[in-house]
Amino acid sequence: MTSPERPPAGNYWRANLKLIAILLAIWAFVSFGLGIYWAEDLHDIHAPLPGTPLGFWFAQQGSIFTFVILIWVYSWRMNRLDDEYFSDDGDQ
Amino acid sequence: MGVTAWTTLLIGASFLLYIVIAIRSKASSTGEFYIAGQHVPPLANGMATAADWMSAASFMGVAGIISFSGFDGSVYLMGWTGGYVLLALLLAPYLRKFGKFTVPDFIGERYYSQTARLVAVICAIFVSFTYVAGQMRGVGVVFSRFLEVDVTWGVVIGMGIVFIYAVLGGMKGITYTQVAQYCVLIFAFMVPAVFISLVVADSVIPHIGFGSIPAGSEVSLLARLDGLHEELGFSTYTLGSGNTINLLAITFALMAGTAGLPHVIIRFYTVPRVRDARKSAGWALLFIAILYTTAPAVAVFARTNLIDTVYKDGSFQPHDQMPAWFQTWEGTDLIEFDDKNGDGLIQYVGASAVDSEGQPIINELTIDRDIMVLANPEIADLPNWVIALVAAGGLAAALSTAAGLLLVVSTSVSHDLLRKWLKPDLSEKHELLAARIAAGAAVCVAGYLGINPPGYVAEVVAFAFGLAAASFFPAILMGIFTKRMNREGAVAGMVVGLIFTASYIIYFRFLHPELSTEENWWWGISPKGIGTVGMLFNFTVAAIVRSFTADPPAEVMQMVEEIRVPERTSA
Repeated sequence: MTSPERPPAGNYWRANLKLIAILLAIWAFVSFGLGIYWAEDLHDIHAPLPGTPLGFWFAQQGSIFTFVILIWVYSWRMNRLDDEYFSDDGDQ
Repeated sequence: MGVTAWTTLLIGASFLLYIVIAIRSKASSTGEFYIAGQHVPPLANGMATAADWMSAASFMGVAGIISFSGFDGSVYLMGWTGGYVLLALLLAPYLRKFGKFTVPDFIGERYYSQTARLVAVICAIFVSFTYVAGQMRGVGVVFSRFLEVDVTWGVVIGMGIVFIYAVLGGMKGITYTQVAQYCVLIFAFMVPAVFISLVVADSVIPHIGFGSIPAGSEVSLLARLDGLHEELGFSTYTLGSGNTINLLAITFALMAGTAGLPHVIIRFYTVPRVRDARKSAGWALLFIAILYTTAPAVAVFARTNLIDTVYKDGSFQPHDQMPAWFQTWEGTDLIEFDDKNGDGLIQYVGASAVDSEGQPIINELTIDRDIMVLANPEIADLPNWVIALVAAGGLAAALSTAAGLLLVVSTSVSHDLLRKWLKPDLSEKHELLAARIAAGAAVCVAGYLGINPPGYVAEVVAFAFGLAAASFFPAILMGIFTKRMNREGAVAGMVVGLIFTASYIIYFRFLHPELSTEENWWWGISPKGIGTVGMLFNFTVAAIVRSFTADPPAEVMQMVEEIRVPERTSA
């Protein structure tokens, strides 16, 4: 668990926190927002399928699809950030 | 071939597969026994995590719960998947970097305290046992229904199988059996779902079928179901019951609980690098989402089928004209018909049902929600091998989760209690032996709990979440994101969160279940959602206590710096 020469970890950590904040805002918006809090207001909009009230769809389908995308986006962005900061052949 | 022959064949074949895998992946060191030597590729770990996570309750219960509660059931769908976002973004990569064997290990070292470790061990064991009882029960139910084996013997057979691969292979054996079990369970879930979607909605893809307007019909499937619910006095399927704060609290408690469950977290210790931990979280949720987005479709199909069976063309149907599956399930007491008015018809109605003269109608039919998935193939008249497949899938779901939980119990005992606390001079060989013995003992306790269950499947599982949400999740989160969180703050927070949540649940669930109504709940939050409040208490108490106690030692703050960044790699 020792890292001999210390990289500019501060910037890396700030970038990470910013990304987490953005993704968690989306996470909360689709589930707690569209799926629960505003679900009743969205009940008369039938989307994205002809038979699904929008709020109900977000609660039972849309939020889950979004969660999957969020994790993949995070993994892709962070793994790239890791390469930038912590790869030995660094500056690509 | 008949159903029993098919079932015996499929269950036998899947069990054989698990045993072969177990024998091929025998663990030879504690590193292999605890975390599979950290050699598991992210894709395989994703599958194993999905199987680890999706329990008997996911496989049998989720579609059933949604089927009976409609919109309100969404809390389980979002809660049990949304937790992975928290896990992937806030916990998994850092815990992988930390790289030790267990969750109590992290708590104990981060908070430089044996007390904290002990609290974490007790929580881990308690949470795992509450959860595992439901799995063993699920095994028993599947055996008794499909093979007419007594529930007790069903549990004993399940114990035997888990015993072989958990005790022999530890995490290594469990990982690769879980990969196989994921394949079995997802196939077993999807095949009937596609069949039923074709029968009910005329669509190969259940996700589309469930939002479709069936050919020859004016209204969509959901609108028709809403209409039937209204006629029969049930609440509208696609609308919530109105207690928004409670729905929010339950969803959050399930999410934080998911992220804080030790048997899920520990899976992320098994991959080679930090980046693999992130990737495998992505795979895991993708594999989980396949089941969790199909379940609501199955729920709608099953519900419509069920109502169409007992309430055809606007009138209640006579009991003696029910199809064969109805009688079979009555035999297992999972469907109960009580002809209260003696007219021979099945009145299946909700609380607000009234007849043409405005008189209330009394409901005469009780259906256990766990049968929705199990009975679905019969209700939709699917081939025998599909029915048998569901049995094998249910067993795969229950066994894979049970094994993951039992491993947490065994590592907690052999590593955290023995090696790190009671007997620090324990040799590796003896620690491995202790881990095997603990795993064996845990299987027996789990079996006992399965034969004498403390509640029914989904109910018991929900209990574990509140506790995980109020203890582990905040403690780990603060350990990573607030460098100055100290021992005193974390321990005080965990203790307050746990005691509050546990007392609330015990009071309303066990001491005074008759008082468990919305008027009596604090802030209108039910025992299922109280973990969210417990978590807030945990954070608050921890922050207050930290503010007037000493900072953590420099080397602990240094450790936090280190887990925040990945290992250096050379491409």
